[in-house]
Amino acid sequence: MNNKTRRFVAVDVLLILLMVLPLVAGMVLKILFTPPSEGISITGAQVYFTIPMPLQNLPISEAQVNSALVVLTILGICLYLTHGVRAGVTTRRQQLAEWIVEKLDGMVKESMGDYFTAFPPFIAAILALSALSSLLSLLGLFAPTSDVNIVAGWAVLVFILITYYKLKGGFLNYAKSFTEPIAVMLPLNILGEVATPVSMAFRHYGNVLSGSVIAVLIASALAGLSNLVLGWLPGVLGDFPLLRIGIPAVLSMYFDIFSGCMQAYIFAMLTMLNISGAFPRDLFEERKRRKMEKKAQKAAQEV
Amino acid sequence: MELAIGIILGCCALGAGICMGIGAIGPGIGEGNAVSKACEAIGRQPESKGAVTSTMIMGCAISETTGIYALVIAILLIFVAPITMVNALKNAIGL
Repeated sequence: MNNKTRRFVAVDVLLILLMVLPLVAGMVLKILFTPPSEGISITGAQVYFTIPMPLQNLPISEAQVNSALVVLTILGICLYLTHGVRAGVTTRRQQLAEWIVEKLDGMVKESMGDYFTAFPPFIAAILALSALSSLLSLLGLFAPTSDVNIVAGWAVLVFILITYYKLKGGFLNYAKSFTEPIAVMLPLNILGEVATPVSMAFRHYGNVLSGSVIAVLIASALAGLSNLVLGWLPGVLGDFPLLRIGIPAVLSMYFDIFSGCMQAYIFAMLTMLNISGAFPRDLFEERKRRKMEKKAQKAAQEV
Repeated sequence: MELAIGIILGCCALGAGICMGIGAIGPGIGEGNAVSKACEAIGRQPESKGAVTSTMIMGCAISETTGIYALVIAILLIFVAPITMVNALKNAIGL
């Protein structure tokens, strides 16, 4: 028994390391690779290195590396929460895991209906990835969600799912839905179809990026202000931007924490609504029924 | 040459400011409408606060989209457009 508990603790420590080490690695990479800069500058994701590819070079940027690190952290969190889960045991960790699962199940069932019972893992993945990516800026790292490429990738994934569920009503019905009110609306309908992922990607990316841009602007403005107001202080105190201590943190409460979590929730919610709205339930059931009838007829003929 | 580059930079900054300013009007009015109606609904039926709030936040996020488009255009105008336009000018002159 004692041996088993020791092993349990050892695995726990390993999993906590799996949670923390990617973030530390991200910070180390940031410190090692960021070029020294004068004052405050607003830049995009920094490119670590590029891989030569036949069509176009593939740049490996800070955003990609950081999002991979976030994936590792989420993997660590999931493994840690589900480590030692058994029926009838009520540890605090297991209660937290069960609470998360139940909440997500309820949320998906409430907004998608009972056909999409397999969706909670996907929605949970989007929620956790998006929220933790936005919260990464609290550690001073580049938030992957303020790079449009990362969010556009998720939006394309959602677009593929939407099209897949639209096609479940039959290809002819899908093609017909583009000429829905009248045939002249075809280009507008195609545009509207493409606009869904574009608007999802831009909404998330724009919100996170605008938060970081405003934070940088306020930090630089506060530096100038403290130079103006407190510049008469002697020595180091006069040069040091004293007003920059603490005040940006209050704004960061809104722009980093609230806005990041909000956008994650909105992205997941829009994913659910778009997918469940795209699925033509009655057409799908009619098609299924017709197929069953055809099969039954064939079976009857063979007999 | 300097004058041309100066005009490009100035117009980019001006365009970004005007884009953001005008682009923020619509979402502001829209979100204000949404929140006021949500407040009325909660005042009438306090027990439906949760559902109304989550729906309101969804609606706010969606009506914010046009403002975000304006923001993206403004960011492009500030950070991307000057460099490409100056490069295009240099190419056209043949420097």
